[in-house]
Amino acid sequence: MIHTRFFKRIAVAATAAGIAFASAAVAQDVIKLGAIAPKTGPLAGGAVVTQWPNVQLWVEQINARGGLQVGDKQMMIELIEYDDKTNPGEHIKLAQRLAEQDKVDFVVAPYGTGFNIATAPIYGRYGYPMIAVSAITDKMEELTERYPNLFFTLGTTTAFVDGVKEILIEKRDAGEIGNEIAMVNVADAFGIELADRARDLFTEAGFELVYDKSYPLGTPDLSPVMKGAKDSGAKAFVAWSYPPDSFGLAEQAIIEDLDVAVYYSAVATSFPAFSGAYGGKINNVLGAGGTNVDDPKIAEYRAAHEEITGEVADYWASANTYAAMQVLEQAIVGAATLDRDTVTQYIKDNTFDTVMGELSFENNVSHTFWSVGQWQDGVFRGVKGSNVDGAVPVRLKEGWTE
Amino acid sequence: MLDIIVSGLLLSGTYALVAMGLNLQYGVARIMNLANGEVLVLGALAAFWLYTTAQISPLLTVILVIPVAFIGNWLIYRFLLTPLVRRSKSQGQLEVDSILATFGISFVLIGIMVSIEGGFFAYKYLSEPISILGSTTSLNRFIAFLIACAIGIGLYLWLNKTRSGVAVRAVAVSTEASGLVGINVPRISAFAFALGGAITAVGGALISTFITLDASIGVVFTLKALIIVIMGGVGDIRGAIVAACILGLVETAVATLIDPGLTLAAAYLIFILILLFRPQGLFGRAST
Repeated sequence: MIHTRFFKRIAVAATAAGIAFASAAVAQDVIKLGAIAPKTGPLAGGAVVTQWPNVQLWVEQINARGGLQVGDKQMMIELIEYDDKTNPGEHIKLAQRLAEQDKVDFVVAPYGTGFNIATAPIYGRYGYPMIAVSAITDKMEELTERYPNLFFTLGTTTAFVDGVKEILIEKRDAGEIGNEIAMVNVADAFGIELADRARDLFTEAGFELVYDKSYPLGTPDLSPVMKGAKDSGAKAFVAWSYPPDSFGLAEQAIIEDLDVAVYYSAVATSFPAFSGAYGGKINNVLGAGGTNVDDPKIAEYRAAHEEITGEVADYWASANTYAAMQVLEQAIVGAATLDRDTVTQYIKDNTFDTVMGELSFENNVSHTFWSVGQWQDGVFRGVKGSNVDGAVPVRLKEGWTE
Repeated sequence: MLDIIVSGLLLSGTYALVAMGLNLQYGVARIMNLANGEVLVLGALAAFWLYTTAQISPLLTVILVIPVAFIGNWLIYRFLLTPLVRRSKSQGQLEVDSILATFGISFVLIGIMVSIEGGFFAYKYLSEPISILGSTTSLNRFIAFLIACAIGIGLYLWLNKTRSGVAVRAVAVSTEASGLVGINVPRISAFAFALGGAITAVGGALISTFITLDASIGVVFTLKALIIVIMGGVGDIRGAIVAACILGLVETAVATLIDPGLTLAAAYLIFILILLFRPQGLFGRAST
């Protein structure tokens, strides 16, 4: 008796499972999304702040909403993610795997300028639209011409340098700083490109670089650099720096009590961890990026980011990364197909409603972005940008005490 | 000038912390430990994690880290590396095997650390300016330097003035000969490996107070440690300390007087010169 009941139960369970399986098969209607970015290696520290949480957030939100309406089908998102170990060769191998084995429908663009450029040919070959975010270069025109599936959203090298230049000119006109600037850069592709551009633009604007040095990536002791900058007597300090050094330079500036009215360091200044480490001491420090936390859309996005990923979003490319996902989402829904060429064309032809506001692409480049932000009382606010609202006035750096 | 000497010596302290552990592991236990940097970062992660979640002072973490790292490294040696030591017929083979094994271990450690904290270990502890001989520096670097000195002197005295220290040095010279005179070579090797790991982890906890690390940065420290150990001479603690001082002072001098961009080049230039003219290292014995 017991046995029969037991078998019955199994039979019921099996049927239920069968139905579940069958319905899963009917709704095989999933959109496979591939994401490759560093989880280990030198760029991992940045990618786990800016890239991964936003991919996770977007996928969870879409699936919680019941997926995307693609034509007459409701499709869930299936995310396939790989760690490229900050190695371009590894990334290209994995990209091939995404396309050939996993047969993903769409991809998230890589993290880092070099990675986006290095992988554009392989993603281009499979026809994936690539909405690059964490990629800043002046070669966008040339690249998008060669790879028509590649889009840029975070601005150009020149735009970033221009943002800083405008601030320097304003402060010079106000008599807060002189013509002298101390400038340092990390000796890798990113730092060198920005420093080269800045050298031209600052000199054109009549500034004099009284201290202009580079240092290798991962330098353990930046005190000689900061002492040199301090001895130059410049009232403005600009560093085209990367994550570990942006922290290290701030640390040394505090130790040396660097006496400047304008202090700028590039990447990672906008990370919540930056303020977490130095608190009020870095008040009025300028950095790459910025955001408008008072914008209701941004506020809502930041709240969701914290709730779902457990982390505070950074004050720069996080919102752009999420916006790029929204562009892909609206393009798939709008094109009503998973055909990649159609979706790519849709991205080129339309305007998208995102957390960054209305985004559209002119020759595959979006010109809506923040270029300079400033820590003001615990919030990193945008002070310079392109097509963005809510820029606040730049404040002067006054000492390094809390 | 004074700036260069003060900053340079403090940087040397950092380098000594990075290299002394590997010196013991490679010199005595003959394990070319490529996971050395990851053990260092693990110490840093412990300091960061305890400080940000429980406000435990990194200096206290340093003390907590010693037994944990010692036991952890002892277990690694005992269960993962001893089989390699047993089966290797020559030292060359053991080096190749241990490089491969510890390379693998380094990935496991990175994976563990990424799962705990994938971002930067950003926190600040004692980053207060202090003045030494008129040169401004930070208190956390100075403390790390003092502890590095204490560890260096302690190791030197222990290795040279005590019976157990002599046994360790004997194993460093020749495993076969010391076995013949009744030294328990496997035990001494395991002890040296575990102690080296503990020193490295302590170094990581201290370094994390003034350098922002992340889970993947270990390889940078492994490379630096390798350079210092090979420059100084394998298995001699004085060599590691002297080599650390040379690197620290030269890098700071080059950064201040010439260009910060040339620090790495200067470090590798010295390394090449030493390899060319004194391949056994500053304090190493010429192999017979």
